[in-house]
Amino acid sequence: MKLHEYQAKQILRDFGLPVPNGEVATTPEGAKAIAERLGKRVVIKAQVHMGGRGKAGGIKLADTPDEAYAAAKEILGKRLISPQNPQGMVAEAVLVEEAIEIEKEYYIGITVDRTTQRNALMVSQQGGMDIEEVAATHPEAIATLPVDPLLGLTDYGIREVLFGAGFTMEGVKMLAPILQGLYRAYLACDANLAEINPCAVTRDGRVICADAKMTLDENALYRQKRLAQYHEESIEDPIEAEAQRRGLAYVRLGGDIGIIGNGAGLVMCTVDEVARAGGRPANFLDIGGGAKADRVRNAVELVMMDPNVKGLLFNIFGGITRGDEVARGILEALATLEVKVPIVVRLAGTHAEEGRALLAGTPLIPAETMQEAARKIVELAQQAG
Amino acid sequence: MAILVDANSKVLVQGITGREGEFHTRQMLEYGTKVVAGVTPGKGGQEVAGVPVFDTVKQAVRETGANVSCIFVPAPFAPDAILEAADAGIELIVCITEGIPVQDMVRVVNYLKRCTQSRLIGPNCPGLTTAKECKVGIMPGMLFRKGSIGLVSRSGTLTYEIVYELTQAGLGQSTCVGIGGDPIIGTTFIDVLPLFEADPQTEAVVLVGEIGGSDEEIAAEYIKNHMTKPVVGFISGRTAPPGKRMGHAGAIISGGKGSPQSKVKALTEAGVPIADTPSDIPALVKQALENWRR
Repeated sequence: MKLHEYQAKQILRDFGLPVPNGEVATTPEGAKAIAERLGKRVVIKAQVHMGGRGKAGGIKLADTPDEAYAAAKEILGKRLISPQNPQGMVAEAVLVEEAIEIEKEYYIGITVDRTTQRNALMVSQQGGMDIEEVAATHPEAIATLPVDPLLGLTDYGIREVLFGAGFTMEGVKMLAPILQGLYRAYLACDANLAEINPCAVTRDGRVICADAKMTLDENALYRQKRLAQYHEESIEDPIEAEAQRRGLAYVRLGGDIGIIGNGAGLVMCTVDEVARAGGRPANFLDIGGGAKADRVRNAVELVMMDPNVKGLLFNIFGGITRGDEVARGILEALATLEVKVPIVVRLAGTHAEEGRALLAGTPLIPAETMQEAARKIVELAQQAG
Repeated sequence: MAILVDANSKVLVQGITGREGEFHTRQMLEYGTKVVAGVTPGKGGQEVAGVPVFDTVKQAVRETGANVSCIFVPAPFAPDAILEAADAGIELIVCITEGIPVQDMVRVVNYLKRCTQSRLIGPNCPGLTTAKECKVGIMPGMLFRKGSIGLVSRSGTLTYEIVYELTQAGLGQSTCVGIGGDPIIGTTFIDVLPLFEADPQTEAVVLVGEIGGSDEEIAAEYIKNHMTKPVVGFISGRTAPPGKRMGHAGAIISGGKGSPQSKVKALTEAGVPIADTPSDIPALVKQALENWRR
């Protein structure tokens, strides 16, 4: 779950980190009022979950409250498009904060590193726009510290990583509190990514978190009540947001063949098979264990919310769950729903034959293997054209 | 022989009085697994499917000699359940629970590796099965047939699909291990591969990976340098769009790794044939075994 910059900055502020003064606005009038209160040159920043905001025209400077009004008016409601996000995103809020005179830009980030099974703290003197590019072209410019979770972030660890990134003892003294604060905030919020980029040094020698990004662990929201309220807002796609409310794992893929299966690995594999058969998957949907009719109905409803869907594929591997129960669940769900596209059902595993027998004589098209199912639904969807 | 669990393993179920715990305890018993104890705090003295329930893992171990634990405890309490099992001296802890916060697992996995002798499988995994001997977890037992193929997988249902394909093709299994789909897991491919290499019953290994992380690339390196037995691979998610979840910092750590292309390339270079689809796996295994025996 991604947080907006203003949300991440509020968390950093709560943990004592230096953040520019500012507030969030959803109207040009609001932006103007904030600029008046700040009483100095401000920066207006689109609050969207995407990279490359600056290049997309989502960040503007304003010398006066009237300019702030104009800048906010231009950004709010506009679709911002960047190379990282070609589909673009619409900004519904802007952060209005004091402009800072930046002398140097550093990168500070922390994330879960699967290989070391620790949180990795990363520092670079090459902060600013494109940290991925630094990683690709100058990996040596980034110093990494895998933090021992049983010891926490130690002073010597901080020295090692900062010296490793080319800082002097002066830099260590300046940045150590930032690293400590970021690590505390990261753990306290159950984040799996927290970045300050850039961590800026101003012309007058102050260090300040000029931009911030945080991603929270959705599995931990049960104990992050205050942050959980940001959740639905963090999902841009309306079907994905609805799936979230219904407790189903749905990912929109942009094609025209709806895919429903049980188990993430199997569904992922089914998506691959449909693509291999020349089709374009519309979505990934894992209904998980069991196949109660209401769950199947929810799943079908979700997939059919996508108007591009021309065919629907069920791929169910009966394990503990039996194939005939699944077939009944599908029939029961479809009896109450009007689905006009062709539906191919592949049942395998336990009691698959009984399941297929139940489907005989219904408009549902049976398939024995995953490949056969993929081929059939691709053909049918093409015919439906 | 097989690996990790066999007919002598004494299994304890944590969360045995819950719906999932009770259901799968019965399934495990039916498969022939020696389920010797259950633990649910506050329900000590009860019985589930004829299995005695204890308040603590230490008590259960003392009374029954359990050496394997299978955890069905809900996510908010599962990390504590893992630690309780480890501190009671359980050798193999299998955590089925899905949805444990990743920071909890960072702490638990580091503690287990450094301060205990216990091995953790999972979390968010289907468990493991040694064909016709012992099933720990939620894998459907009827799919298995005893044989010489070892299987290690990050997936659940996809693993069942592949076991089914193997069995249909007459290729029985030694042990099938579902290591789980979470970013931080107790046992990775390279922890399981040496066990298969050393196991006399296992003649070939099927490795089932998926997108994300770099465990498959690390496994490829291990296979190239240490495995004499043939390994056949499959990677799920080959057409998944990149970077849906990853932020900047994630991309830095993996340094270009994590894509299906990278995994397929690394494994292919390590001499591991990669199946395009699960139903191609049995033929590749047969071919690899023929080449190896020659």
